[in-house]
Amino acid sequence: MKSEEILSKQLFEPATIDPSKGEEITKPTLSYWQDAWLRIRKNVGAIIGIILLVTLIFFALVGPYMTPYDSFEQDLSRAKLPPKIPVLENISWLHLDGTIQFTKDQPRIDVYEQKGIEEYFWFGTDGLGRDLWTRTWEGTRISLFIALVAALIDMVIGVAYGGISAYYGGRVDNVMQRIVEILYGIPFLVVVILFMLILNPGILSIILAMTVVGWLGMSRVVRGQILKLKNQEFVLASKTLGAKDSKIIIKHLLPNITGVIIVNTMFTIPGAIFGEAFLSFIGLGLPAPMASLGTLIEDGFKSLQIFPHMILFPAIVISVIMIAFNLVADGLRDALDPKMRD
Amino acid sequence: MAKYILKRVAFSFITLLIIASITFFLMKLMPGTPFTAQEKLTEVQIEILNEKYNLNDPVPVQYAKYIGNMLKGDLGVSFQFDNRNVTDLILDRIGPSAHLGLQTLIFGAIAGIIFGVIAALKQNTMWDYGSTFLAVLGKSIPNFVFAGMLQYFIGVKLGWFPVAFWEGPSYTVMPTIANAMFTLAVAARFMRTEMIEVLSSDYIVTAKAKGLSSAVVTIKHGLRNGLIPLVTVLGPLAAGLLTGSLVIERIFAIPGLGEQFVRSITTNDFPMIMGITLFYSVFLIFVILLVDILYGIIDPRIRLAGGNK
Repeated sequence: MKSEEILSKQLFEPATIDPSKGEEITKPTLSYWQDAWLRIRKNVGAIIGIILLVTLIFFALVGPYMTPYDSFEQDLSRAKLPPKIPVLENISWLHLDGTIQFTKDQPRIDVYEQKGIEEYFWFGTDGLGRDLWTRTWEGTRISLFIALVAALIDMVIGVAYGGISAYYGGRVDNVMQRIVEILYGIPFLVVVILFMLILNPGILSIILAMTVVGWLGMSRVVRGQILKLKNQEFVLASKTLGAKDSKIIIKHLLPNITGVIIVNTMFTIPGAIFGEAFLSFIGLGLPAPMASLGTLIEDGFKSLQIFPHMILFPAIVISVIMIAFNLVADGLRDALDPKMRD
Repeated sequence: MAKYILKRVAFSFITLLIIASITFFLMKLMPGTPFTAQEKLTEVQIEILNEKYNLNDPVPVQYAKYIGNMLKGDLGVSFQFDNRNVTDLILDRIGPSAHLGLQTLIFGAIAGIIFGVIAALKQNTMWDYGSTFLAVLGKSIPNFVFAGMLQYFIGVKLGWFPVAFWEGPSYTVMPTIANAMFTLAVAARFMRTEMIEVLSSDYIVTAKAKGLSSAVVTIKHGLRNGLIPLVTVLGPLAAGLLTGSLVIERIFAIPGLGEQFVRSITTNDFPMIMGITLFYSVFLIFVILLVDILYGIIDPRIRLAGGNK
């Protein structure tokens, strides 16, 4: 081995130090959101959650129009049909071929053949002959709508309340926090049930009942954040330059807590979906012909032993939605605010 | 410390009084009386019933009577069950609910702690991911869906445990598991975070340096310190158990308080609804108070943050 070949002379040339380049930024600058996106992209769970959510939202919007049936159309001649899906009917162990087994020893009966029905009902039909595919996706849409609106209202009230309380401080803060303290003591479940009892059942009353005390969590988080931020130098600088309160709040404080607000809202959405389903389940939810995931599951429970398909699909959809939201929320928390990570 | 406890107790009482008042006035706001649906009743009969249930008095008088009776532990008479006292009905029903709740809490907490500790000890391995995945499932899947799955697959298909009712230890297995998923998930996640923090602290390093076996370090030094903060999640867990009790008791036909509550809602039995609501509030507020005081004793820093001086 010749050492000259490995250690060439160029390696020993003195490096020139250019002081002006010391401060040069070599990597492209990333905004807050680009940085968050980079981090969330590496999180497998969050990506799975996003894909699941997009798929479910797509079906919730388009699903009801994919079949010729209407979600209210009743027809007792086709009641309680098991699911039958075109291609999947050939995979025997899935039993998506319109057959049903009443007891263990009996052979499976093809209900579609028995009743002379030519059409396919992908998720089967319920006790009144309504198409469950249409109803499941319409129910998903309603459940998502309720949850999103409730979360949004919680967010607006919570941010405003917590923000005002922290920013103005002093006596305002004291009074507002005493109110919160008392409200916090009232169990969420109790408030929601009481409100549902006096309001007429419907989408609006469910949203209202869930938001009566739902905003408390957000207001606490926002208050804590604003308290921390409002005494920092950049706010003082802005004040010294004569900025009004409204400008400081909108320009300086709110942008700094967007991450926290988004993460918190993402965690309230699955809570609201569960809340709606829970209310429907104990008989305080949407009135009869309307479908939400909660009412569908409640209906399905009545015939769980003989026709499990009625509960199966709504149950899968609600579980997947909840899992997806939780995964995305976890991912967002890690990406937007590494300090909040557990 | 005494001052802190006193302050917390006073606050709890105010909260309870407010809940009782809200309950009362909300019930007054509800349209109609419980007797409107009974068409066969004559005017005189309705009058007698109104008199019996104090519905003829002006609202403030009714309110004063209600609060006064409530303080004596008398929650009124149920509309649904003739002449039965609400307090008695609640006491009758509380057994199965308390049994299920305790069993759920113990099972869920122990299983959750085990999963959490395993995840923390084997951080970033398949064990950890598996435990985290289980926690996400437990937190996400609604308890009634999980209960339905258990009922269908284990109860109906496999026939291992009875599908419903409350007649012996084997009847408690499925409701307990279905109800415990949330507790398990919360405890597992919390324990994992705590243990990771504890295991990297200086006294663990010291214990290891002394040459103690890793089992002793984990259990005696790690687990004991990691368990303390678990007290803080007891409040949300108790609330979760109550929600679970309503749903699970209904699904498995358990003669408990939750099942009674759901039935009172469907039959508009106001005194019963008010009574159980108050009972739930007292229970939850008591748990929260207990947690705050316990934590104040365990961790002196909380007392200072609690704001005396």
